[in-house]
Amino acid sequence: MPQAHLRVWRGGDDGEYREYDVEYSEGMVVLDVLHLLQATAAPDMAVRWNCKAGKCGSCSAEVNGKPRLMCMTRMQLFDPYETIAIAPLKTFPLIRDLVTDVSHNYAVANGMPEFAPGPPAPDGDYRMQQIDIDRMQEFHKCIECFLCQDVCHVIRDHSDNLPNFAGPRFFVQLAQVSMHPLDEHAKGDTVSAGFGLDYCNITKCCTDVCPEGIHITDNAIIPLKERAIDERFDPIRALGRRLFGRGDGRSH
Amino acid sequence: MPDYETHEYDVLVIGAGGAGLRAAIEASAEGARTALVCKSLLGKAHTVMAEGGIAAALGNVYEQDNWQVHFRDTMRGGKMLNHWRMAQIHAQEAPDRVRELERWGALFDRTADGRILQRDFGGHRFARLAHVGDRTGLEMIRTLQQHAVHRGIDVFMECTVTRLLKDGGESGAVSGAFAYWRESGRFVVFRAKAVVLATGGLCKVYSINSNSWEGTGDGHALATWAGADMIDMEFVQFHPTGMVWPLSVRGILVTEGVRGDGGTLKNAGGERFMFRYIPPMFAAETADTEAEADRWYNDRINARRTPDLLPRDEVARAINAEVKAGRGSPHGGVFLDIASRRDAAYIQRRLPSMYHQFRELADVDITQVAMEVGPTAHYAMGGVRVDPETGAATVPGLFAAGEVAGGMHGSNRLGGNSLSDLVVFGRRAGFGAAEHARGLGGLPHVDGESLELAATEALAPFEAGGNENPYTIHRELQEAMQALVGIIRTEGELAQAREQLGTFRERVQRVRVEGTRQYNPGWHLALDLRALLTVAELITQGAQARKESRGGHTRDDFPGPDAHFGTVNLVQRQRDGVLALREEPLPQMSDELRRLFEED
Repeated sequence: MPQAHLRVWRGGDDGEYREYDVEYSEGMVVLDVLHLLQATAAPDMAVRWNCKAGKCGSCSAEVNGKPRLMCMTRMQLFDPYETIAIAPLKTFPLIRDLVTDVSHNYAVANGMPEFAPGPPAPDGDYRMQQIDIDRMQEFHKCIECFLCQDVCHVIRDHSDNLPNFAGPRFFVQLAQVSMHPLDEHAKGDTVSAGFGLDYCNITKCCTDVCPEGIHITDNAIIPLKERAIDERFDPIRALGRRLFGRGDGRSH
Repeated sequence: MPDYETHEYDVLVIGAGGAGLRAAIEASAEGARTALVCKSLLGKAHTVMAEGGIAAALGNVYEQDNWQVHFRDTMRGGKMLNHWRMAQIHAQEAPDRVRELERWGALFDRTADGRILQRDFGGHRFARLAHVGDRTGLEMIRTLQQHAVHRGIDVFMECTVTRLLKDGGESGAVSGAFAYWRESGRFVVFRAKAVVLATGGLCKVYSINSNSWEGTGDGHALATWAGADMIDMEFVQFHPTGMVWPLSVRGILVTEGVRGDGGTLKNAGGERFMFRYIPPMFAAETADTEAEADRWYNDRINARRTPDLLPRDEVARAINAEVKAGRGSPHGGVFLDIASRRDAAYIQRRLPSMYHQFRELADVDITQVAMEVGPTAHYAMGGVRVDPETGAATVPGLFAAGEVAGGMHGSNRLGGNSLSDLVVFGRRAGFGAAEHARGLGGLPHVDGESLELAATEALAPFEAGGNENPYTIHRELQEAMQALVGIIRTEGELAQAREQLGTFRERVQRVRVEGTRQYNPGWHLALDLRALLTVAELITQGAQARKESRGGHTRDDFPGPDAHFGTVNLVQRQRDGVLALREEPLPQMSDELRRLFEED
């Protein structure tokens, strides 16, 4: 059986890396090896996980410095004698071991605009063409692993930005609502300054780590930024605002 | 008594998968102050793993489809053991629930005329499953989650309920729940006028299973301990197609959609063996040649359906038999081949997460080679006995919906009927609970003694005298259940299982955990073990009593269905720590509904 040499963060902020040697079987992923550790040397090691199939986005961690889902990181990715360092997500407050407090994301989610469709066709059905929803379905693939939030340097190195910056996962959600063919929000609702879209300088770090391969920057953030520019700097709208006193950018 | 915090609600919903979210939304819409408690983060429940789709007779692809056909398919799939009224409500209301999901933001795949597309699945006469590629569960949970957070529901995440609390009165009414925060280990007492169980399944009691860690049968056990009737617990669905290799992913689900979209099962000799396993009940509507089966994908009128899409119990048994006869694949499964039957672009478009899953976890490109698959414990048909209209359990104040509730699926569930079950009966249970809460004056009393007992037993693993490791016990319990109460059962092995469960019960008392109460998975598992043990006992007792083979329960020593057992449900109830089982006649449907089956 192959052997792995792991360095795993144990404890809270004042914790430390601890080293473990684990025998594992072929085909295993990093999460399997941590489960082996739990069953033997480290029964109280805190790890968050659910589906172990890359579908729920719970087991996010930084493996050799890279934000990853541990259930989708196969051991064969590493050299046999390589030390594998496993650390909790850096951007969020540490609870213990590999588990962080991601409640910030749920607070942001509560402030997202709610999808608001118009009425259906007279027969009660909504009509949409597949070609019109293909792009939105990409946004719906998000499994909320928060790896994009973790890697985004706007908040990773500047936690003071957290209150003003929804983050890539929620830009995807804003795009999801604003581009839904049936949604009837005023455009401004999805690009309001409160979400902090301007902080993003499109370095695409989020796109790089997305396990679902969502083109976060190109397909969600940039179109939202373009929409924000339209809303705020369109000269005709600016004139309209001046003449009719509409300062909120709403189109109706 | 250790410290605890107290919260008061009209309705407490335990579990935040599809059923729990839908129940909470409904209870809240009815004006009930509603709390939603879940073991994981919101949106991570096992519902996200559902792949193929949600069954509803929308009639968008085949306009001949209607609720009567769906009802008939569901009852026949369950080998007529289903509660007919649940099956009827489900078939009638599923289309509205699907349209509601769309109104709340779900984006289902479309037909050419822009309506919701429906796909073929086992046991459904017509293409009936609304879907989003092969990630329908994720779409559903995210839609419900995003809708729910705007409804003023209080969500308690990573909070595990270990006991239901009762009022201490004669009727044994439920008055709340005892829980702990996973993060801190601190205790929480919920006082509530009504409690909805929506805790999902229990297949973590088997070693090869498709469930996430949460599927430890908590709700099944909570209801049993609270004295509620449990029904049909002997029926466990082994999904025919789980991954078998590598070992670390053994059991992870491979959607039935692969077969719905043209994939076929083959043995080591390349034979499409399902043609040899067509049971008499389905012979009239199943193709008996490969040519006819292949024509069926495009012609429902002149060709009969492929036997690859027989109900899951039939397919799982067939795969089991092929492997046993030495005609299996190298890693102990059979082959599921879509690569040679559909082009790569089609496969990637229709089955993106299957493609991804096999490529990432098994180095297999499913557009090029066949997958290796075998049965995996997937779903509990049995559960809390409920009133079909309101989801009320037999204990006052307690409600249940989704996988934890029994009756809807009889002895075998059809694919796609689970997601629809969640929203149809989640909504009804939420409504029923809110109505019950309205009928009560103030909050019911919480019996102090049961509260103290709950706290004591939760802390026991830190104080126990023994040295049993919870992980070891869990693994051994899973292995015992897999070997002795698995897909094929016999009297001797079931008796052996009963005996071993007695030993496991003693060992669980001696479980000792290390560390503190703060986010301690060893402690969490030690508490889950008590629920797992209870569901193991429920399943085993039921399996021993049902001396026939039907649906998700196969007895080697009673290989066929039995006329008497075809007329009864097995009902279990715990009193004073003793689990008793009795037979009860099936509820009878009206003549009008019965006529739907006369053409058989």
